Amino acid sequence: MTRSTLRKVVCGYLAICLYIVVADAIAIQQIQSSNTATRTAGPRMVKIVGSGGLKGLEPYQSGFTISEDGYILTAWSYVLDADNVSVTLDDGQEFVGKLRGYDPLTEIAVLKIEARGLDFFDLGRIDRAKTGQTVYAFSNLFNIAAGDEAVSVQKGVVAAVSKLQARRGAYDVPYTGDVYVVDAMTNNPGAAGGALTDRTGALLGVLGKEVRDRRNNTWLNYAIPIEAIASSVDDIVTGKKVIASPKATDRVVPREPMTLELLGFKLVPSIVGRTPPFVDSVARDSAAALAGLQPDDLIVEINGQLTPTQSDVFKWLKVIDRDAEFTLTIDRKNKFEKLQLKLGQ
Amino acid sequence: MEQRITKSRSCLRNATSTIAFVVLFALVGFGHDWLAGQQTLDLPAQLEQREENRVRLIREAMQACVCIFGDGGQGGGSGVVVSKDGYALTNYHVVQSCGSFMKCSMPDGVLYDAVIVGIDPTGDVALIKLLGKDSFPAAKIADSDTVQQGDACFAVGNPFLLATDFQPSVSWGIVSGTHRYQYPSGTLLEYTDCIQTDAAINPGNSGGALFNENGELIGINGRGSFEKRGRVNVGVGYAISMNQINLFYDFLLSGQIVDHATMGATVETNTDGHVVVSNILESSEAFQNGIRYNDRIVAFANRKITSVNQFKNILGIYPKGYRVPIVYERDGEKKVVRVRLDGVHGVQELTDLVQGSKQTKPVLAPTKNEAKDENPYAELYAFRRGYANYQFNVGMRRATWSYFLEHGDFTKNHWTWRLKGVSGQGQPVEIALSDDGSGIKIDNQAFVLDLKEDLATQLVPADSRGLLLALHLWRKILTLGPEKFGDVRYFGSIEVQRAKPGASEQAHVLEATEGVVKIRLFFSKSDYRLIGMEMTPDAGTLSCEISFGDYRHDKDLLVPSSIGWIDSNGAAQAIQLKTIEFLKEAK
Repeated sequence: MTRSTLRKVVCGYLAICLYIVVADAIAIQQIQSSNTATRTAGPRMVKIVGSGGLKGLEPYQSGFTISEDGYILTAWSYVLDADNVSVTLDDGQEFVGKLRGYDPLTEIAVLKIEARGLDFFDLGRIDRAKTGQTVYAFSNLFNIAAGDEAVSVQKGVVAAVSKLQARRGAYDVPYTGDVYVVDAMTNNPGAAGGALTDRTGALLGVLGKEVRDRRNNTWLNYAIPIEAIASSVDDIVTGKKVIASPKATDRVVPREPMTLELLGFKLVPSIVGRTPPFVDSVARDSAAALAGLQPDDLIVEINGQLTPTQSDVFKWLKVIDRDAEFTLTIDRKNKFEKLQLKLGQ
Repeated sequence: MEQRITKSRSCLRNATSTIAFVVLFALVGFGHDWLAGQQTLDLPAQLEQREENRVRLIREAMQACVCIFGDGGQGGGSGVVVSKDGYALTNYHVVQSCGSFMKCSMPDGVLYDAVIVGIDPTGDVALIKLLGKDSFPAAKIADSDTVQQGDACFAVGNPFLLATDFQPSVSWGIVSGTHRYQYPSGTLLEYTDCIQTDAAINPGNSGGALFNENGELIGINGRGSFEKRGRVNVGVGYAISMNQINLFYDFLLSGQIVDHATMGATVETNTDGHVVVSNILESSEAFQNGIRYNDRIVAFANRKITSVNQFKNILGIYPKGYRVPIVYERDGEKKVVRVRLDGVHGVQELTDLVQGSKQTKPVLAPTKNEAKDENPYAELYAFRRGYANYQFNVGMRRATWSYFLEHGDFTKNHWTWRLKGVSGQGQPVEIALSDDGSGIKIDNQAFVLDLKEDLATQLVPADSRGLLLALHLWRKILTLGPEKFGDVRYFGSIEVQRAKPGASEQAHVLEATEGVVKIRLFFSKSDYRLIGMEMTPDAGTLSCEISFGDYRHDKDLLVPSSIGWIDSNGAAQAIQLKTIEFLKEAK
């Protein structure tokens, strides 16, 4: 061993000692303030009640405030498929939540309530979790809390930062990026839209919807990292990506707009007001068929505009000239595809 | 040889550099959590000490934990010893399948016999007594209202009945929520004001202990949210809070099937977000004390009410027969009333639910095997309808009365009693109490009790709610003693108002029945003086509440110098007694 290597080793050893002392102090402090996460995150959690109630479809989920003036981040699900979605703050105040937009890929949605002066998670700051890190999950799983009661908190560690894609077929999720897999039983009925935080209560991710491995019947506990959703949340809040409203369609309507008949496909019969736009049939050699559209595809976006219901599809088709080319985003077996459509090709 | 040494040295050097690399990598990449997990590195002294402390506290707390196995191998669960003489808490749904006797293992490797003592079917709590030893390790009990969301906690028990080696399992977690309300599952079990934890609670953990991180008992695990996940832990378990169990403890200790309380009214949240009465029974004390439909419930038992769940939470921790203050508001005006809470179930109804109707075989009666001489503890169990184990009620009744007798035995003074004093109005008062009849002269009016007539209708003096009848029965039970009086049972311990306004005290209660009239005698828990009594002439009639105070020695007897009561307008009245005479010749 040369003298210089010896010096390096000694320096390294001293650095390690110093690190251990500092880390030790930090660790003790963290252990002693184990309720910090609860105190920080608790007041930002909301309880959401909407549609559902049938067997296996609980009409409730979780969410949290992301702005001082009433923006709420939650999971995009059938629960929000109601005219009156109720949002109850930590202090028990109840509001009607208006759906501002959603991201079908990460399955998050943003609601707006008419409130001011709220405590909130700042999505401008992005914290990342590492494997082995202690995390806290806040959610109103099983709808345990009502009114001003605090939502539940669970503790665990990040077991893996991984893509669910590797298990494609086992888990039905459209999202293809990294998720935080948690060793605690965080993803229960009603937990979707809850917050995953670190010891200090800093936001790390959004608890995902329940997913079950079809083959072995095990349930996965995971959260979608904040960094994966921050930009689409920003798009929704800033109005770049909102659900079609009369204002959004208040554009120049072409003299000859696009129609389903011209494109050559039909949607499933619209039974309820909010029937999702599933493709029922596609005419042979039609523009739709040539673009690759198939029965059972779900139309998610038209030219980047969300289409949660069939009426949204009609709204957005109306503003496209029949000679123009446009993009159709579809969900085919939980895989998103973009199709280019143009008549007369 | 030389070569081999060199080789091993180079190996050593390689190994050293590898370790250094790994450590440095750990510093840069993985952070402290990872570093702390490495066996080869020394833990910081403070952390190590903390961890050692944690392990020691768990080991100590485990000593009081029992694994329950039904007699004959039927069912089982967990429990925890809470007193040195072997009383242990568990769930009702654990003992329900075990019968009156069960086997309990403890970490000392011994299998003890245990007998059922008392049950609270609605709250899912049961008290059993371990036998065969004078001193058991008992859990330290914490004030469960100090438990906070996020606190560390751990569960000890017998999940999946794994403890065939008598060693219970431990699972660690945090408190996920406090003051939780869980709707009744089936007909009986309702979890109120309970503690929610993510420590694994699985089948078999039922009845086991939930400890805080100091190893003090905060609750009894008994339920989880499972739903579509099947009957295994999904990170949501519930423990019955120790503060609720404390309120029920003496009721359970006296061998009863204890019922929970109701206000006799339902509540709902109105459009202003206030909790208001949506329905009220006219027979309830709440109604008789003036509470009506649509009145806002502001506070209940000294806790502010902000939601229906919270109201149910607070109500749910009280046993039947408890008296609590209720603050209600009508037209902006607030009023306080003290209401005696009725049972959630009718007496017959609860007994039928637990022991089956009279025609069917009682559930908690001894099986034929137990009745045989082969059970050395058979005499510790006595079947009586309405009781989990009547033997323990007799025991508590006798104990309470014998402690009371240390202040003087009135059975030697079974003649006419003459009490003289002054009323609150400064007028002379004279009371005569005897087996043949009683009378009172107060504020220049005289009243007599005719024993040949219906006692329940003779509520004199006017507006006293039956003071004379109450005093008549007071003398009767003191001179006869509970055994000769008739139907007397130990009721439980409750908080009662003292003579001083605002002061209250915990008291053991004996309940005696004379026809349709019920009296309850309150013995101070601290010194067993008779601090008060309550006489209910008939079901659905307000009770006459009496307090006895300013005790003084009269020869070998301790006698009260003041008698206070609440009149029918809710105002406090009192008599200052100057003399109590026991007249031998009158008999």
